[in-house]
Amino acid sequence: MARSVTRSRKIVNTTIAWAIGLIIFFPILWTVLTSFKTEAEAISSPPSFLFFDWTFQNYEAVQERSNYFRHFWNSVVISVGSTILGLAIAVPAAWAMAFVPGKQTKNILMWMLSTKMLPAVGVLVPIYLLFRDMGLLDTRTGLVAVLMLINLPIIVWMLYTYFKEIPGEILEAARMDGATLRSEVTYVLLPMAVPGIASTMLLNIILAWNEAFWTLNLTAANAAPLTAFIASYSSPEGLFYAKLSAASTMAIAPILIMGWFSQKQLVRGLTFGAVK
Amino acid sequence: MGRITLENVQKSFGDVEVIPPLDLTIEDGEFVVFVGPSGCGKSTLLRLIAGLEDVSGGEIRIDGKPATDLPPAKRGLAMVFQSYALYPHMSVRKNIAFPMKMAKVPEDEQKRRIESAAHALNLTDYLDRRPGQLSGGQRQRVAIGRAIVREPAAFLFDEPLSNLDAALRVGMRLEISELHTRLATTMVYVTHDQVEAMTMADKIVVLRAGHIEQVGSPLELYRSPRNLFVAGFIGSPKMNLIDGPEAARRGAHTIGIRPEHIDVSTEEGVWHGTIGVAEHLGSDTFFHVHETGLAETVTIRADGEIGLHHGDRVYLTPHPDKIHRFDEGGLLIA
Repeated sequence: MARSVTRSRKIVNTTIAWAIGLIIFFPILWTVLTSFKTEAEAISSPPSFLFFDWTFQNYEAVQERSNYFRHFWNSVVISVGSTILGLAIAVPAAWAMAFVPGKQTKNILMWMLSTKMLPAVGVLVPIYLLFRDMGLLDTRTGLVAVLMLINLPIIVWMLYTYFKEIPGEILEAARMDGATLRSEVTYVLLPMAVPGIASTMLLNIILAWNEAFWTLNLTAANAAPLTAFIASYSSPEGLFYAKLSAASTMAIAPILIMGWFSQKQLVRGLTFGAVK
Repeated sequence: MGRITLENVQKSFGDVEVIPPLDLTIEDGEFVVFVGPSGCGKSTLLRLIAGLEDVSGGEIRIDGKPATDLPPAKRGLAMVFQSYALYPHMSVRKNIAFPMKMAKVPEDEQKRRIESAAHALNLTDYLDRRPGQLSGGQRQRVAIGRAIVREPAAFLFDEPLSNLDAALRVGMRLEISELHTRLATTMVYVTHDQVEAMTMADKIVVLRAGHIEQVGSPLELYRSPRNLFVAGFIGSPKMNLIDGPEAARRGAHTIGIRPEHIDVSTEEGVWHGTIGVAEHLGSDTFFHVHETGLAETVTIRADGEIGLHHGDRVYLTPHPDKIHRFDEGGLLIA
């Protein structure tokens, strides 16, 4: 009896899971499908799902109108650069908070997180003026800096959580074995935290890749990443749905593929320490 | 060399003083055991020597040189942790090599020391395994190997056997004692297990609430405990502590008598009572005698062959010269 209940339950659960998955994935699927339609078919009513004349003309048009690879490269530099810079700052910070906590450590962590609750637009003007005066507008350096700062609380929090899982005695053993602070971090802490660091890195690359508010407001032509590239197709006039979809597909494809291959690492990283 | 001196060493965590100022000298080559109930500060004291905790006051010297402000890496000591604290991402070989890598020992010399340590500790076949693939006893041996290759001035052991099962513990106890004989290096060993303390130590330091209650050889502590605490803590089964009129009759507040210093008979004796529980261990039998009017239970150690059982009425005779007398403050009356 118990078996049959479990079995029917399993079927129900699986169906629900697939349904939710499809609902979440549907907009992406629709975007990809639309990118292969003509502009006329893209807005046709009722919409055609699979049976239309497949065409690559949107991709050709997009590539002709704008330089995809320049935007792609900007996205890579900005997302990877800000993540690596963020890690370089967050590793020592998280080490200190996890292994030599002070009385205010918890408060500092909460305060750092609270900056994520601030609406970004609230600091747009000061940051814009700072960027203008420092000559950082429309530069990749500027975007690397600002995206690093924005994601830093998340990087520190994630690393702090992973580091907390590493037994302090192992680091003490390294100290007893004659390791300097640097060797302790390089040879013992970092190798043990590799899964955590990898998932922190992946998540932050994704966040930085998708970040649109700052990239749109602080770039024009030179440093514009793929988010700006997509935005340039959302025109208030004319029929651009299919081209917009083609641009979106091209912009999300790299990160989607990366996410697909690293999903195991991501899931493991995000649930690390949840069950002990 | 490995002579460690503590002068007025004191440790507080915030407002809580865990170790009031204390003095202690550990001679070169000595096997010293810190023993005491949990929370007595024995591990903290070891960590102060190691440098893993900073002292709040006082001076630590290693071989006469001030070490109070040296980081752990510079003190020339090696430590074996209760949790083994092996590096899980390194093979056994790399674990053992780690301290030498840090000290920049030449590769040839590293190899030689790894092989000799592995041979001594029966680890030769496991050098390429990861710690996760080893049993508890093997892991503890790797931790010891990692300590040996440093050729330290002294070894520090923090309850190294408490995660092992009983049979392994006895085996490792012997191995550590043999290691001490062979290396003749100072060892400081923390345990709450008084059997480990008695069997391994040259010198036992009994601690309670951060205070040193008594320092001495195992037999000194056993035969002449300085106070009630040491009397009750050292020895298994525990010393019988009796107060009231029986103690007053002997001019003391409390008297103590070890279980093996009481003769048991069915016919005559000084005290009498009824056997509650009889524990037959084969070589010995422990009787827990009730209704004596002295203490709730009087424990007696008798020959394994003795034919007495639960409910038997018995007479007890203490050896008069083996009675320890303590005053109201719990100190031994000389």
